[in-house]
Amino acid sequence: MQYSAFQIFKQTLRGHVGWKPTWRSPDPKPQYDYIIVGGGGHGLATAYYLAKKYHGVNIAVFEKGWLGGGNVGRNTTIIRSNYLLDANEPFYEYSMKLWEGLEQELNYNAMISQRGIINLFHTDPQRDAFVRRGNAMRLHGADAVLLSQEALRKKCPFLNFDNARFPVLGGLWQPRGGTARHDAVAWGYARGADQHGVDIIQNCEVTGFLIRDGVCTGVETTRGQIRAKKIGVAVAGSSSRVMAKAGMRLPIESHVLQAFVSEGLKPIIPGVITFGAGHFYVSQSNKGGLVFGGDIDGYNTYAQRGNLPVVEDVCEGGVALMPMIGRARLLRMWGGCVDMSMDGSPIIDKTHIEGLYFNGGWCYGGFKATPASGVAFAHLLATDAPHDTAKAYRFDRFSRGFLIDEKGVGAQPNLH
Amino acid sequence: MSQTYRINGGQIDRSQLIDFTFDGKRYQGYAGDTVASALLANGVKLVGRSFKYHRPRGIFSAGSDEPNALMTIGEGARITPNTRATVAEIYEGMTVRSQNRFPSLNFDILAVNDVLAPFLSAGFYYKTFMWPAVFWEKLYEPMIRRAAGLGALSGEPDPDQYDKGFLHCDVLVIGAGPAGLMAALVAGRAGLHVILADEDFQMGGRLLCEHEQINSDASLTWVNQVIAELSSMTNVRLMNRTTVYGVFDHGIYGAVTRNTDHLAVKTKRPRETLWRIYAKRSVLASGATERSIALSNNDRPGVMLASAVRAYANRFGVLCGKRVVVVSNNSDGLRTADVLRAAGVEVPEVLDARQLVMPFDIYGKKAVRAIKFSDGRKVDADCIAIAGGWNPNIQLTCHKRGRPVWRDDIAAFVPNKDAITSEMDVAGAANGSFSTHQCLHEGAQAGERIVRALGKNAATVDLPQADDQPFEITPFWEVKGNTKRAWVDPQNDVTTKDIKLAVQEGFRSVELLKRYTTLGMATDQGKASNVLGLAILADCLGQSIPETGTTISRPPYTPVTISAFAGTSRFEHFRPVRETPSHNWAKEQGAVFVSAGLWNRAQYFPKPGETHWRQTVDREVIATRSSVGICDVTTLGKIDIQGPDAGEFLNRVYANAFAKLAVGKCRYGLMLREDGFAMDDGTAARFSDTHFVMTTTTANAVSVYRHLEFCRQCLWPDMDVKLISVTEQWAQYAVAGPNARKLLQKIVDKEHDVSNEAFPFMACGEITVCHGIRARIFRLSFSGELAYELSVPARYGDSLIKALVSAGEEFDVVPYGTEALGVMRIEKGHAAGNEINGQTTAKQLGMHKFVSNKKDCIGKFLSGREGLNEEDGSCLVGFKPVRQTDVLNAGAHFIGLGELNNAENDEGYLSSIAYSPSLKSYIGLGFLKRGQERIGQEIRAVDLLRGTDVQVTVCSAHFIDPKGERLRV
Amino acid sequence: MIIIHPLLGPRDAQEFTYLGDASLIHRPDPEADNVAGTFYEYLYQRDNIAGEHRELWFHEQGDRSWLVIKRNTLTHDILSVELASDVARREGRSK
Repeated sequence: MQYSAFQIFKQTLRGHVGWKPTWRSPDPKPQYDYIIVGGGGHGLATAYYLAKKYHGVNIAVFEKGWLGGGNVGRNTTIIRSNYLLDANEPFYEYSMKLWEGLEQELNYNAMISQRGIINLFHTDPQRDAFVRRGNAMRLHGADAVLLSQEALRKKCPFLNFDNARFPVLGGLWQPRGGTARHDAVAWGYARGADQHGVDIIQNCEVTGFLIRDGVCTGVETTRGQIRAKKIGVAVAGSSSRVMAKAGMRLPIESHVLQAFVSEGLKPIIPGVITFGAGHFYVSQSNKGGLVFGGDIDGYNTYAQRGNLPVVEDVCEGGVALMPMIGRARLLRMWGGCVDMSMDGSPIIDKTHIEGLYFNGGWCYGGFKATPASGVAFAHLLATDAPHDTAKAYRFDRFSRGFLIDEKGVGAQPNLH
Repeated sequence: MSQTYRINGGQIDRSQLIDFTFDGKRYQGYAGDTVASALLANGVKLVGRSFKYHRPRGIFSAGSDEPNALMTIGEGARITPNTRATVAEIYEGMTVRSQNRFPSLNFDILAVNDVLAPFLSAGFYYKTFMWPAVFWEKLYEPMIRRAAGLGALSGEPDPDQYDKGFLHCDVLVIGAGPAGLMAALVAGRAGLHVILADEDFQMGGRLLCEHEQINSDASLTWVNQVIAELSSMTNVRLMNRTTVYGVFDHGIYGAVTRNTDHLAVKTKRPRETLWRIYAKRSVLASGATERSIALSNNDRPGVMLASAVRAYANRFGVLCGKRVVVVSNNSDGLRTADVLRAAGVEVPEVLDARQLVMPFDIYGKKAVRAIKFSDGRKVDADCIAIAGGWNPNIQLTCHKRGRPVWRDDIAAFVPNKDAITSEMDVAGAANGSFSTHQCLHEGAQAGERIVRALGKNAATVDLPQADDQPFEITPFWEVKGNTKRAWVDPQNDVTTKDIKLAVQEGFRSVELLKRYTTLGMATDQGKASNVLGLAILADCLGQSIPETGTTISRPPYTPVTISAFAGTSRFEHFRPVRETPSHNWAKEQGAVFVSAGLWNRAQYFPKPGETHWRQTVDREVIATRSSVGICDVTTLGKIDIQGPDAGEFLNRVYANAFAKLAVGKCRYGLMLREDGFAMDDGTAARFSDTHFVMTTTTANAVSVYRHLEFCRQCLWPDMDVKLISVTEQWAQYAVAGPNARKLLQKIVDKEHDVSNEAFPFMACGEITVCHGIRARIFRLSFSGELAYELSVPARYGDSLIKALVSAGEEFDVVPYGTEALGVMRIEKGHAAGNEINGQTTAKQLGMHKFVSNKKDCIGKFLSGREGLNEEDGSCLVGFKPVRQTDVLNAGAHFIGLGELNNAENDEGYLSSIAYSPSLKSYIGLGFLKRGQERIGQEIRAVDLLRGTDVQVTVCSAHFIDPKGERLRV
Repeated sequence: MIIIHPLLGPRDAQEFTYLGDASLIHRPDPEADNVAGTFYEYLYQRDNIAGEHRELWFHEQGDRSWLVIKRNTLTHDILSVELASDVARREGRSK
């Protein structure tokens, strides 16, 4: 069913009885060509691109809970491609290009909104590092603009320029950055995948892998054994737990990233703004809520909830940077369990087990990667070769020393 | 119209008449009124507009669960949007405005959305606004954004003060209704430290709103007696206007007290105080919230919760209508009619939903006019009191991911006993026990349990006699058969049709339903709508409610002011400031300061007549290089390392060898992380066989110290070595320049020989200065000149800098700041934070010879990995513009001459730049692929952000005195 | 969270800095066989347990001791707290 204003008009006249389910609820078949474990953003995008590009293949997505219920459903919705390193920037820029056409591609309005992202800097060395990054972005074909303090005053007069502990000196602006309606991204991909014949099996947990002689031939699920030629795991947040079922240890720790939303407010903040002298970033949703967050809590946890020190730290940063938001109220706080990898960058790679493929380690930045991750993982699954933009995201980079460490903090996940 | 709906009774203070305005119009109420009760007393029905359809909205509840009556309160920078009228106390001169309407509440243009409502079904926006693509940001989205949102911020900084506090107690009782009061009484009498917190300004909970009897007195008499007794106990702290908003790990509760919002004159008191309460135990006695029933047009102003109608009558002496129809599915709701009739209200019809006749539709746009029944009768009414059952306020039991369980007998979720830790007891209505007797009983029991658990003896507390009517309910959620819309979430305009459509479209999980329809995502966090929505979903799916699921709630219980979380950490006080002992001296010299982490360091010392910072810095550099300069380097990390194994310890934590460093000598040290990348650099000076003093960079002082303690305690616990950070104990100054020694000799006490022979380059020693002041001296140079670092106990720092400057007068000594320091280190080719940035190796920094082959050290093994030793890897070299007048920019990337500006041709970047007054040209340090092999070649430094493209020559990083002769004279 | 420090009693976790899995105590002997694999495993691979996790915390704003804490990563319940130096010695580390 094609979505459009005309369709809405037509269905309204028919009393909305004609809307079809956005996706089917099929029973799992005993065998597939490909199984994707994890019905979050990355898993659904992978299934979508696999099905779209490789017609006639049988694909299933298995989701333990409800689709989109992982980190795609609990993030701060930011899309950007403002990375420094050669291993990252082409991938995220590719993702940005996919975002830019996604709604038309999926015929689903995921409200991709390129209102820009500004990283503020507060010291000269920080400015130098941002200039280096901005130039790297430009050399990779992305957009980046250096904003002076004067330019920022015009764009964001509400920032605290004059009596701040760490004065704002300027910012690195990516005009094409912005936000997307996170749930709708999952739904759009699910709908698209479903239309291409992918079976999306919700409420069906993968409880084990069928592995013999180093070859994975299927999965154990709460609805029985399902065979497949290739199995791709995309369960960021639970990667270690799931891959442990295949006997693998990963260069990943699970941490909680908290996020916050305020009560609805009339539009006051343009785009996304990140504070360079504290842990705070913010955007304003289309419903008017300030969506903001900061640093991870910093200890291993699977509890999907955080503690007060980070809540206070984030709000301190927010009020320090933009004192006008102080009287708004924080409506809801939540925590998402994220895969913090050992160098802060993801992994999209084959495992040492034939037929078993892995996608994870997205740290707190997986949402913006969703489209490119889907394409790259689909490419890897289909061809056994890494996608051009994701060649560096290998398991062996840690043992070989080809680390992708944007922050330069080393093998300590809670610092990335 | 003046309080025409006011009746006798209630707990308002009629001696205090209060004036306030609503949308510019003056009204009066009494002390003890909320904005809601005062508006109702004045007959105001229309108070707001809904989020999506801009439908007229009236007051719905009498508590913090209010979804409709959101107000913007206050003026100027104190404007506070989205304040629930049902909890905001009125004060003299209060300004209240409705929100989300244009041009006026009465006539709102966007009410056209209601007409278009058939087209604006659940999730319609996901299906349209996609064509043409560019219209989204340009047209559709701005339009949607303008229409959305609730109230507006002032845009000005929040002018009020906020504070944070920490409280410790044996038991925290949350809610001061009958259960909470009883629990606090039992615990208090047993001598426990008790905190009793209630979100309301008045304690008593539901007893404030009902005319009941306890021990054959009015229940309020009992409430007042208990509060009086609790107030008299020194071990009990009563906190009203205090919301316990969240439960965190290990008995930590978040709470917020609103101190001044109810005051007409804002004092200097903090507006709110954010508490972290550390409690051994807690009792959740948070009561219950009534819910509505979905029926056509049940969102009209005048359709209210029955319990709220009773609360306004009993507590505030206000009638919500003069002709009220009661619709109830339970025994409690039916009491409303009696209360209202006793107050003289006409109650033409009481509809027990357990009977055959149903309510069918409600008439009236901006105020209810009539109700129609399924038997066709239409009854005039100006208020409909709906009682759909009670939801225990179990939110706080979910904050640690506890999942509630469904109880069929009360048709509600109650806390799951297994999911609640031993930290928290639940009592009374929050536990699904609704009669006053049950509340008192469970409160007492909870109190007794905790008293015993904490090892005290529970004094016997006689359980007061109170009402114990059983609560009977027949679940009834939705009136079917009417094609008009019936509201489930009144704020977000989610109707039963939306839920049905979502299910039809496959959004069958309650979480998907919430996200697709926005059900329960409003500012009431679903208090008004979640259970009702879930019940309707269950019905659509043909499942029971427990089969369908639940939604757990997350903190905060009610929205909390962001400023309260920030507390005093705002403006200049966002983070503490660290100042060196000679900070005030530098300030007196007119220094400009710069942040280095938390430190404020002197950046440069402008002199009169200098109009640009470059003039100052150039002067400081030239003066230092030609005579002598002094720089405050106190901020460097300093770590005192002592013990027989100190030498071996340093040998293992530094890449280069230290064990054999002679006493009286310093050595430059490079520290690696275990992954082989450079972590930090600094020096270590050996004062004895068993005593070293290490310096670190300012930025890494804390992390290096932590790392060293890790190595000592976790890796080599039997090494006989101890560490302590002495960064703040010693003030340290660099004295640099050809006249540095001459200057020092004037203040170093005569018995200490600092001549070149006695005290050569890299020597260190413990000496005295200025007639007996203990000092340490290190012959180290960051500037490349003859230089020393002199440190004294911090308390002498201020005197020492003055002594140095005064001794240096004859040499025209200059103080120099971090800028000149930076220029000179770049001229000398020393790597600093821009180079040792955590992403570079010893090899890249040109320091691979430092990594000793003879011993193991942290990071050595993994520094040998392939990726850290690439053949065409980049390395640190110097750069000079080909045209001497060209300006270099740090962050520019290197592109070959004539090559296209793209990532493939990217060969590195400029990490640090400076104008060198010595070379009269810009110079830079940077990382270039195979840089060492390319000395003398030309390349372009391209800064696309600033639009510069400068041809540069690759050169040695050592721009000045490459052989290091000046250091040694 | 509250950490019951073995020497100092209950302390808010905010006083501490977290490092990670307590297996970081067991730095490989660079002279041992197959040390490349061991070092890589040591520094990069994690069990990342959902359940009882032994981990290192540093009392940065306190007595500067490293602690080994056994904490459940699903519930945050803390089961034991010991001085890391005691644990390291017990597990065979010395000089």
